[in-house]
Amino acid sequence: MSFLVEFWQFLKVRKKYWLLPTIIVLVLFGGLIILSQGSAVAPFIYTIF
Amino acid sequence: MTSILGISAFYHDSAASIIIDGKIVAAAQEERFTRKKHDSNYPHKAVEFVLKYSNLNLSEVDNIVFYEKPFLKFERLLETYVAFAPRGFIQFTKAMPLWLREKLFQKKMLIDYLKENDENFNDERKIFFSEHHMSHAASAFFPSPFNEAIILTADGVGEWATSTVAVGKNNNIEIKKEIHFPHSLGLLYSAFTYYTGFKVNSGEYKLMGLAPYGEPKYKNLIKDNLIDIKKDGSFRLNQDYFSYATGLRMTNEKFNNLFGKKPRNSKNEKITQFHMDVASSIQNVTEEVMLKMAESLREEYNLKNLCLAGGVALNCVANGKILEKKIFDKIWIQPAAGDAGGSLGSALALWYNEMKKDRKKIDSDQMQGSYLGPEYSQNDIETKLKEIGANFEVMKEEELINKTAEDLSKGKAIGWFQGRMEFGPRALGARSILGDPRSETMQKDLNLKVKYRESFRPFAPSVLMDDVSEWFNIKEESPYMLLVSSVNKRKQITMSPNQSKLFGIEKLNIKRSEIPATTHVDYSARIQTVHKETNSKYYKLLKKFKEKTGCPVLVNTSFNVRGEPIVNTPEDAFNCFMGTELDILVIGNCYLYKSSQDQKLKKDYTSKFELD
Repeated sequence: MSFLVEFWQFLKVRKKYWLLPTIIVLVLFGGLIILSQGSAVAPFIYTIF
Repeated sequence: MTSILGISAFYHDSAASIIIDGKIVAAAQEERFTRKKHDSNYPHKAVEFVLKYSNLNLSEVDNIVFYEKPFLKFERLLETYVAFAPRGFIQFTKAMPLWLREKLFQKKMLIDYLKENDENFNDERKIFFSEHHMSHAASAFFPSPFNEAIILTADGVGEWATSTVAVGKNNNIEIKKEIHFPHSLGLLYSAFTYYTGFKVNSGEYKLMGLAPYGEPKYKNLIKDNLIDIKKDGSFRLNQDYFSYATGLRMTNEKFNNLFGKKPRNSKNEKITQFHMDVASSIQNVTEEVMLKMAESLREEYNLKNLCLAGGVALNCVANGKILEKKIFDKIWIQPAAGDAGGSLGSALALWYNEMKKDRKKIDSDQMQGSYLGPEYSQNDIETKLKEIGANFEVMKEEELINKTAEDLSKGKAIGWFQGRMEFGPRALGARSILGDPRSETMQKDLNLKVKYRESFRPFAPSVLMDDVSEWFNIKEESPYMLLVSSVNKRKQITMSPNQSKLFGIEKLNIKRSEIPATTHVDYSARIQTVHKETNSKYYKLLKKFKEKTGCPVLVNTSFNVRGEPIVNTPEDAFNCFMGTELDILVIGNCYLYKSSQDQKLKKDYTSKFELD
């Protein structure tokens, strides 16, 4: 819960409300995405994420 | 008493630092404990070490600061994917699971990890997050000997910023301007690291070392197509040629076509003159950006001092150029300029910038020579060596120094393990391999028989501060090996017309100066000045070596093999000693000859570490 509060505060401070729909969609489809495993791509790319 | 624990983790070099009432007490990188190079996991062991060193339990620590802001990074990722859509879909599918599973909940993750360090820890109000480039800036300014300075930080990317300009005054840092992702000098350099077949985020040094063998033939090609450099050094990268923002590689097909070749595959392709010329070109462009930035900042803010941090500040050749041009009166570079140093910077940023505490000592360098890691007592060392089954002799300090200097002058390669371990990527005479720089074969021998690395790579000289200007074209202190200068003309050996005609790596075999092992093919050297105040034992050794040979310089390379983190414990040092062709090991006051060791203790060592 504290995560949601903090994240909402973050969006308010940054005035990035437009990110909210993207995030909601992400969370809705999150389950699907989480199921696919992120793999290491380190040798080829600087870790930007 | 207020203690602040700084942590950097989850990207490149995890580390932990602790400051008590603003004083830097201890700092170490996790890789040294886990023996995994650039370890990016939560720094359990480094946290454990800094707490133990400062006699604190985690619950007793007043504040904990993480070196960057995860939400801000997430914002950058989302906006980047939106901006590039649909191109970034593949990277998106890789990044999002990672973020939705853990990175977005870094605070909770951090608390869980911290609980593993101390189960009684339960106060999340103690946890703070500092901005990535603020952490770098704080690590560059607060430990510096300056009351006022321009702070320039540049790296791959933090949250949004890739380069930042800040002004530091007394106990305050104010960020003035930033260059944002995807325009990044660090990523540009890394793109070429990838293209020339080296490992991104560790092979950048190699690219820099390769540059003097080439000619900057592609400089204009790079400037005409890849980067638009403005008068003040700010720049924009042409994203048509890069794929790091959206893909899983640094560069793309268009980039390959521009240079007429695919990226080098290090497994089956040798380094050619082409790669040397590419290295020289990108090094040249990097220097141009750094110089232009430095010049315009000096003019704009009219401050005399410059502080540098961020991965790009490890480009000691560019740093040396800024120094040489005398743009600023003084330059100070954070020795742990990469992300590890962010742990220290984040703690300092909280103490000074947020808590507004006074900076008490502003006239001297507060990094203590960067000797901030673990140390071992003579007793510990002897017990450990006996346990391992090592044969050693214990000497008084004076005898030990005399013997070491004598053996160095005979061309022996010596592992030197003394005092507290260095914080940052450079070995500075606490965990070093030493050699005689006058030897013509030392560079090749150390590279191939001891370090098992590419023969083109240069070695750095340690020189007594008192003698630096006699041997090199530099008067300033360079205690952290982060400035490159040329060998003094008087010490250089001019190449014959035939030798001058040689190309690239062929030049390596020519004796270029009185200290060939530490003179690069362009007569440059990455200098470490040695000071009595910060490392008296090493200083005495150099003095003794000078007494015996007339030369106040030693080859100083990190105590490890290629792909291995620098040794941390006496045991690590002994294993490296037995696994390589090092002749002698000096740990504390113990002296070990390879020839006196039980040969059964020899191990297949290098295969343990993945080549970088």
